[in-house]
Amino acid sequence: MSTILRPDFSKWSCPLPLRDYPSIVLGHGGGGQLSSELIEHIFVPAFRNTALEVMADSSVLPRPGGRLAFSTDSYVVQPLFFPGGSIGDLAVNGTVNDLAMSGARPLYLSAGFILEEGFPLSQLAAIVDRMGAAARAAEVQIVTGDTKVVEKGHGDGCYINTAGVGVIEDYIHIDPTRAQAGDVVILSGTIGDHGMAIMSVREGLEFETVIESDSAALHTMVASLLEFAPHIHVLRDPTRGGLGSTLNEIAGKSRVGIVIDERRLPVAPDVQSACELLGMDPIYVPNEGKLVAIVDPSVAEDVLARMRQHEHGHKAAMIGTVTASNPGMLAAKTAMGGTRMIPLQIGEQIPRIC
Amino acid sequence: MKYLDEFRDGAIAQRLAREIRQTATRTWAIMEVCGGQTHSIVRHGLDQLLDGAVEMIHGPGCPVCVTPLELIDKALAIASHPGIIFCSFGDMLRVPGSQIDLFRVKAEGGDVRVVYSPLDALQIARQNPDREVVFFGIGFETTAPANAMAVHQAKMQRIPNFSMLVSHVLVPPAIEAIMSSPTCRVQAFLAAGHVCSVMGYWQYYPLAARYKVPIVITGFEPLDLLEGIRRTVKLLEAGTPQVENAYERAVTFEGNQAAQKLLAEVFEVSDRSWRGIGEIPRSGWKLSAAYRDFDAEQRFSVADIRANGSPICRSGEVLQGNLKPNECAGFGKQCTPRHPLGATMVSTEGACAAYYNYGRFVAVDSIR
Repeated sequence: MSTILRPDFSKWSCPLPLRDYPSIVLGHGGGGQLSSELIEHIFVPAFRNTALEVMADSSVLPRPGGRLAFSTDSYVVQPLFFPGGSIGDLAVNGTVNDLAMSGARPLYLSAGFILEEGFPLSQLAAIVDRMGAAARAAEVQIVTGDTKVVEKGHGDGCYINTAGVGVIEDYIHIDPTRAQAGDVVILSGTIGDHGMAIMSVREGLEFETVIESDSAALHTMVASLLEFAPHIHVLRDPTRGGLGSTLNEIAGKSRVGIVIDERRLPVAPDVQSACELLGMDPIYVPNEGKLVAIVDPSVAEDVLARMRQHEHGHKAAMIGTVTASNPGMLAAKTAMGGTRMIPLQIGEQIPRIC
Repeated sequence: MKYLDEFRDGAIAQRLAREIRQTATRTWAIMEVCGGQTHSIVRHGLDQLLDGAVEMIHGPGCPVCVTPLELIDKALAIASHPGIIFCSFGDMLRVPGSQIDLFRVKAEGGDVRVVYSPLDALQIARQNPDREVVFFGIGFETTAPANAMAVHQAKMQRIPNFSMLVSHVLVPPAIEAIMSSPTCRVQAFLAAGHVCSVMGYWQYYPLAARYKVPIVITGFEPLDLLEGIRRTVKLLEAGTPQVENAYERAVTFEGNQAAQKLLAEVFEVSDRSWRGIGEIPRSGWKLSAAYRDFDAEQRFSVADIRANGSPICRSGEVLQGNLKPNECAGFGKQCTPRHPLGATMVSTEGACAAYYNYGRFVAVDSIR
């Protein structure tokens, strides 16, 4: 985890009495001087780009060619900082990935903050700094934003909403209804890392090793795959509900069955151990830096090879196939040679008693 | 993973399953008592490996499932009290009472917290001396020592704001109740390894002798289960209703003496009502007289709450192995994991939920 940054107070244009607020006060959301200074000294330096710096009511952007992908997501993770990432990285990478999963090249993001009165400015600055860094790494611009402040006790420190637009080339058609019998299911790496990283810090569980979140932007991996195989049928990032929920949704929307081989599922040993301890199934544990590609068998080997060349895809694996039988269902061949159904969970996975 | 991977070897599993199929001259009805074993059997698809040789009957060993409706209503009443911190293992939160569940109480402002150990609840009580902290102490003999320790520490360390809602149940009386039922089909038992690691397995000899059933103490990993089943089938084929320990790495004849001593001090045997089965004499534990001050039922005056289960639900017959989950008229219709009517649909370990989630799928095409 990076060190927590402090906001740069040295260049404040109007130092008094604003310097006296080390944390968010209601006035920071009031649209007055406090709001302006938050933008000027925290948001703009971190997100710096010409569209943002105009500071108009909306950002005016050039019209890109191709079709537009548009997505939004809200981030309420606790704790705000965790091994391997922060709410800031998630807010950028999550929306970037949502755009990338329809084959889009992400271009612009918005960032909306709901801050709780009393939230330390130093933490906000650190979060915003991480967002800026994630946006630069992903080559997207945060071009518009908003901040609201809620009274103490009415929020959880900091919530972030990001929305994003990207552009899709005309020849690319990726959506969750396009899985076909015979297709191969390829997973870009280990499952369960993010969920168990959050759980271990949130619940104060002490494992021998620190499990790190896999939070990462995957659009460059997607671009590399599409360059070679523009006819990928489905791409999804298995976030909430994990791989099990994502594959169930694809099976449902494409009206096909999906069968995976559990022996081929990559799970890091520490994640597996933590799951065993808590009675959880890694297949339902959230990920923030993985994708599932469903492709025609003729390109499967090459897609896998490309995925493995990418920095976030070294452990990619072919994990299963799409079948015409049992539409809407996900099943797994177990390591013991049996089979089991993997149904959609009703709610969040809960640790079991024994 | 050390101590796990060794017991999940697919090739050995296939070999054990083959031996079981070759040994069995007929289909034997074997009950695994523990919900954890049920979970492992369906999770790894073991029942399919034994098709024709063994019919696994899922027994009443899921503590979440057998906790009576009445007690859940009591838990809900206590958790709804303003100011109370109600702590529970996670899977109890979804168990519906007569009207609502603990999730609903939480959503409506109740302070309901998931903990991983009763000692965590005790810690919460220490940190919140001005608030009452209640732990929902459910489970078989396996979870009992930790629960006993929490109450014991609360007394020793004088933590007056801690109390426990106790619903402990015991395995041997349940086996006895199942075997003495006139419709009983069970021919042998896998005894729950974790229960035996606490209590030992001496208690099973009189049961095996009286009802002429083999009882094999069995662990939870796939190979543990297959080995337990293999030994059970051998005993059945030989017609020798003995007790055997197939989980030697965790279980001794006497069990954990220190734990038993604490249990004897903190708890006393009592009659218990089992959801789906009804009252079984001397089948549970309640807090002993010396610890009664920590009994949440007394402290919050909920002892008079009564409840009746669903008229459609036949979970009692499922729990006793007399009915397959899908043979119940409500299964998959009025009763699903989302809207469970009975105990066995509630927990993922419950026989009906396991059947609903995993068991509907018959054959899978071979995969690349």
